[in-house]
Amino acid sequence: MSDQTRANAPTPYHPAQGNVGFYQRNRDVQPAAFTAIYKTSTLRSPRNALLSLPSCLSEFTGPVFGHNELGALDNDLIRNFAKTGDPIGERILVHGRVLDENAKPVRCALVEFWQANAGGRYRHKNDTYLAPIDPNFGGCGRALTDNDGYYFFRTIKPGPYPWRNYVNSWRPAHIHFSLFGTGFAQRLVTQMYFEGDPLIKICPIVNTIPDASAIERLIAPLDLNAAAPMDLLAYRFDMVLRGSRSTLFENKLAGN
Amino acid sequence: MINTLNYLTETASQTAGPYVHIGLIPGQAGFDIFENNFSNIMVTPETLGERITVEGRVFDGSGTLVRDVLVEVWQANAAGRYNHPADTQNKPIDPSFRGWGRAGSDFETGVFSFETIKPGCVTNPDGRTGAPHLSVWLVSRGINIGLQTRLYFADEAEANANDPVLRMIELQARRATLIASRSERDGKAIYSLDIHLQGPDETVFFDF
Repeated sequence: MSDQTRANAPTPYHPAQGNVGFYQRNRDVQPAAFTAIYKTSTLRSPRNALLSLPSCLSEFTGPVFGHNELGALDNDLIRNFAKTGDPIGERILVHGRVLDENAKPVRCALVEFWQANAGGRYRHKNDTYLAPIDPNFGGCGRALTDNDGYYFFRTIKPGPYPWRNYVNSWRPAHIHFSLFGTGFAQRLVTQMYFEGDPLIKICPIVNTIPDASAIERLIAPLDLNAAAPMDLLAYRFDMVLRGSRSTLFENKLAGN
Repeated sequence: MINTLNYLTETASQTAGPYVHIGLIPGQAGFDIFENNFSNIMVTPETLGERITVEGRVFDGSGTLVRDVLVEVWQANAAGRYNHPADTQNKPIDPSFRGWGRAGSDFETGVFSFETIKPGCVTNPDGRTGAPHLSVWLVSRGINIGLQTRLYFADEAEANANDPVLRMIELQARRATLIASRSERDGKAIYSLDIHLQGPDETVFFDF
């Protein structure tokens, strides 16, 4: 039979065609919607299965941010709300890279972060914990990654605080992170913890994650090499967003 | 022994918590810190397209209003083009429209809203054209990993009937959970959609 008579006459195959989208989310390392140990999830978790579909253009694209949108102090929580002096607390640098699952840096990724002050109190109208507000600490900041996917910010180490889950539940010291990749389906919110904190292993929110190594990757090690002598300590926190299928192949889509 | 795949693994998600506003919309937490704030106003006077307000509320499994949700939307412009380099459709980009907005549900009323424009239809690289829609992402205390859903428009019945994503929702009755109703207020189009995290009217959530 000649090629001309075949119904499926051969055409050159290129795997990238039509392959917009991200690798499917690895649910083995992600918390389920309903996790009994974190009680608030009980009524806020869908009971139907998620509808799994390949990404369309709607999910493969996402908002683009520019360096001109951020202020000079946006990544300096020690100074960006200071009124009468520096905030109380252990001065630290938090830094790391945002990569995708292909280990490629995610460039111009908007990284936003927020946290409690050194006493474990948030500057938020709904937080009534008895620890005092620090007049010189706002508790939020943001950065855009550079060409290596690198970000950094200066802050003070947040304190642990009690919350209503069990009678005596305490959150380990943590910093919240919000991340954008190149596509809306990469959107991620997570929390960074600090090496050596005994509250991590008993935290119901940490333990919503079903995979021990995935939990370990949320624990930032002390990074003495990045510490500034007589000034601040440093912690390293790398994050990974979902990988894009198109970057696997030679003829890349524009924009990847 | 086999070769090793050297993929990295996506970072695990954690709840955004009750104080997500501090980081993402500090004005709602009660203070002013950044010069430039991201918000729910997605249009400028120069933006092309029909001005609309999109608003909604979020309910938990007991039917109680959830008033500490952070909602983000992402959409194409009026011509049906995303303001993103991976969108190679032969349609104009609107430089006055990023297509992204962020809102917190009101601590009292539970209502979130966006001032935006009605998007056009987008044709995907596989040649299929979708109905106009907003991609919606929400996080809050009690939500362990951000929920992805979509908002479609009730007055696009024909396009909705042919939308490749809506058509994948097997239970036809559940398609209605994604369709915002249209009304008018002071001469302006309002699209309203309530999102149910759980219960008999549970919204369809996606895993794109």
